[in-house]
Amino acid sequence: MFKLKRLLSVSACLAAFTLPVNTASAFEPESNDPIIIMLGNWTSMNVQAEIAGQILQKLGYTVTYQPMDDSARYPAFEAGDATFAMETWATTQKDTFEASVATGNVLDMGALDAQAKEDWWYPSYMKEVCPGLPNWEALKEPACAAAFAAPETAPKGRYLSGPVDWGGFDPERVEALGLPFDVVNAGTDASMFAELQSAYERKAPIMLWVYAPHWAPAKFEGEWVQFPKYEDACYTDAKWGVNPDKAYDCAKPEGWIKKMAWAGGEQKWPCAYDIIRKYNVDGKTLGLMAGEVDLDGKSNADVAQNWLAANESTWKGWAACGM
Amino acid sequence: MSQVAHPLNFRGSTLPGKPTLFAVFALTVVLLSPVLAELLPGVLVDYPKSAVLPLSAWIGENLNWLARKAAIGPIKIADMTRAIAAVLEWPIDFLNTVLASGILAGRGDKVHIVVPPLSWLAAIGLAGIFANFIGGLRLAILTVAGLIYLVVFGFWIEAMATLSSVVVSTIASIAAGIAIGAWALRKPSYGAPVEALMNVMQTVPIFSYLVPTLLFLGYGPSAALVATAIYALPPMVHATMLGLRNVPPEIIEYGKMAGASPRTIFWKIKLPVALPALSIGINQTIMACLNMVVIASMIGAGGLGYVVLLALRKLDIGGALEAGLAIVILAVILDRLSLAAARRNAAVVSSAEGIWRKTLQKAAAWSVFATLIAILAPALQTWPENWQLTTAPWWNSLVTWININWFEPLDAFRSFLLINIMNPTKNAMLDMPWFIFVALVGLLGAAAGGLRVATIAGCLMAFVAVTGFWDAGVTSIYLISLGVIISVLIGFPIGYLVSKTEGRRQTTGLVLDTLQTLPTLVYLLPAVMLFRNGDFSALIAIISYAIAPAIRYAMHAFANVPEDRLEAASMSGASSWQTFKWVRVPAAFPTLILGLNQTVMMAISMLVITALVGTRDLGQQVFIALSRAKVGDGIVAGLCVAAIALSADIVFKAFAARQSKLMGAGHHHG
Repeated sequence: MFKLKRLLSVSACLAAFTLPVNTASAFEPESNDPIIIMLGNWTSMNVQAEIAGQILQKLGYTVTYQPMDDSARYPAFEAGDATFAMETWATTQKDTFEASVATGNVLDMGALDAQAKEDWWYPSYMKEVCPGLPNWEALKEPACAAAFAAPETAPKGRYLSGPVDWGGFDPERVEALGLPFDVVNAGTDASMFAELQSAYERKAPIMLWVYAPHWAPAKFEGEWVQFPKYEDACYTDAKWGVNPDKAYDCAKPEGWIKKMAWAGGEQKWPCAYDIIRKYNVDGKTLGLMAGEVDLDGKSNADVAQNWLAANESTWKGWAACGM
Repeated sequence: MSQVAHPLNFRGSTLPGKPTLFAVFALTVVLLSPVLAELLPGVLVDYPKSAVLPLSAWIGENLNWLARKAAIGPIKIADMTRAIAAVLEWPIDFLNTVLASGILAGRGDKVHIVVPPLSWLAAIGLAGIFANFIGGLRLAILTVAGLIYLVVFGFWIEAMATLSSVVVSTIASIAAGIAIGAWALRKPSYGAPVEALMNVMQTVPIFSYLVPTLLFLGYGPSAALVATAIYALPPMVHATMLGLRNVPPEIIEYGKMAGASPRTIFWKIKLPVALPALSIGINQTIMACLNMVVIASMIGAGGLGYVVLLALRKLDIGGALEAGLAIVILAVILDRLSLAAARRNAAVVSSAEGIWRKTLQKAAAWSVFATLIAILAPALQTWPENWQLTTAPWWNSLVTWININWFEPLDAFRSFLLINIMNPTKNAMLDMPWFIFVALVGLLGAAAGGLRVATIAGCLMAFVAVTGFWDAGVTSIYLISLGVIISVLIGFPIGYLVSKTEGRRQTTGLVLDTLQTLPTLVYLLPAVMLFRNGDFSALIAIISYAIAPAIRYAMHAFANVPEDRLEAASMSGASSWQTFKWVRVPAAFPTLILGLNQTVMMAISMLVITALVGTRDLGQQVFIALSRAKVGDGIVAGLCVAAIALSADIVFKAFAARQSKLMGAGHHHG
């Protein structure tokens, strides 16, 4: 113990001496407190966290990464336990996000070019047994629905929806469009894609909720069912759409993916906030980067570094305040 | 001994008349419940929505107020709790600096390590030296081999981060557990409420109080520490109370006569005497802390748990398995070390002063030596990435192979069980009027322990209805019941078979430790691939976890049948079947009932995991509440889980008490 204490105090002295030497760049960060970037449990989020982090680090900011459970992130941002999150999806997090912004402690940092899409999805080989796809009306055929059946749902088809808390109005959609399908909820998205992988390996029938940007549409060949296109009226007005008596007779809304931040940090690191506001990536790039990590086994940091090297003028434009 | 000569005497005690009568009555009620549903007033069939107590809204509002606005004087309560959290973080940060991160300097992308963390070579050597001191060469080899796995498979840094937080939360839980346990014994009236509170803490799913914890403590290691301690504390409190209660009063009297102060009596007499019982608590606490590693990583503990989560997210099942095994290894090493330390202390080695000094010298010499050569050879500081081993691709292709070749028969089996057993059971239970259900639980309580037990068990069940979680509650009970029945049907016979030799018992012990600390999700995802999302996968999750106590307790029960009774049976010419039926089973019975109780508790604590594979039980309600930021709903759904657990617990305990009383009576009369 004694030795250790000594080691620590010696190293603290060393640190104190080396610190000023290393800060010889032109731009001085407004504060040396660590900027905390949230890590989620999905890949595109973490690659983006790494990109943002590397940009900020190049300007001399101190950056740390904090893994967080997605649903419990809002109290953390309201309290300032984290500074930036690079993704919040309208399709699943709209209500909680807006409630959090309404407290005044969380900032909406603007949307990415990447759009979230989520809907019913099937592997391409299912077209052989249900040739009318991707048009949704093909699913009304009993033979086609039966091709998607599991023993406990037969003769109706089985549709694997997302975790209950994602919402999505699938039971309502099934009823409004008169689809002969049973809706089964997955517990987590990992278990949802586990089922997809299992079915895909066996070329077995499956119809499930897939979202993008994600590696699944890149890894597995397949497509989304084409429902009548979403409009706000479809969800609120029963008269809208093919079923005059019921709402939800359309596809799911596509939506924004936004960056968010703790409001209290704006005065502390104005330049960092400016950079994150300007930060932007499109959906295709995100899907590709997620695939490089999940399918090719590269690390988040490497993928981010490659992006930075290939897009120097882009990110230097965002970082003008610190150049 | 003479009681065994008249084996028929036991018939009276294993099958008392009243429960049989009760069983017939209960069965009649169950069969008649569709008819009763027609006859009863609607209020007693489906609990009316308008009568649901607005408990969750009330809790939600008050917690929000407490966490965001409440203040004592000028200081906000949340600020105070956060200050405490910051202090709690110091020891974790310190360990983490020494073991995992080292000391950093610079800023931006010029951050660099000024003082590296303890090299793996130094750390493993130190662990080996201390393991040898505490428990001998075998333990040292086990420790070193386990830690080398962590290095070679590339988990060293993550494992050290996990170790830092687990060590601190274990020590915190043990210290708090002893303090609370000792306090609860001060007055007789403290005991029961404390034990009930501990049961609640152990069964309320952590996701229920996740958001409040974060509001008060902020994201990070200290929130994970507190959440882990809440779950890991109860076994320590139970063990402390048990141990201190059983300290013989004569010893304390002796201390008083010698003029020892109460403090001296506690530290120098009571605690050392109670140590064997405490060591069981320590073991359970360590297991519980490591069990929480994955969940703790969701609220900022990082480390191995996060590696598991990320691997699973990518469906890299092999990778998750390897990281999961790293958690198991930490658990086994910590457990064996702490057991050895407790044994060593219990043996009170006074001549150890010299050996201790020598060990310290060895340790100091080794750390200097290892640090120096690690500077010369960096691979001894950080294991190079391209030297890392992995078996993950092999596991992944195994899962694929099973999936492709075995899916059909497994799916047929799943469909059969689902269509013929699970779904009908679930529907029957859901259709049963809630009032009848509560009354049945009450009756069960009455048969087991009389009016008091009946009232408590019935009220606890009614709580689920009154707070508006009835359907989710019944779905939970259906999953738990089926899970427990199957666990016991498989687990008890296995426990009996492995109880026969010491070697089998040790191997089984290791398997059970693995089963209890390998993160559930690791085997849950392959299960989902084979059995799809839904109740069947949930059932498998419950069984794989709840079977451990069933086997463990059966093993202990059958291993500890008194020799004299077995001898007497063989002398009186009983066949091995007769001996089993009239001697072994009755002697093992009270322990088996306790095992059943623990199996139920474990099954209940798995509810929150079953929600991950898509069932609509209370665990799912907790998750939904979490994702919609409905703090009150989460807590109340969690309390419903606890209510079910407590009502099962009280009925089983009463039944066990009654049974052992009957058994004891059989003894004396025989």
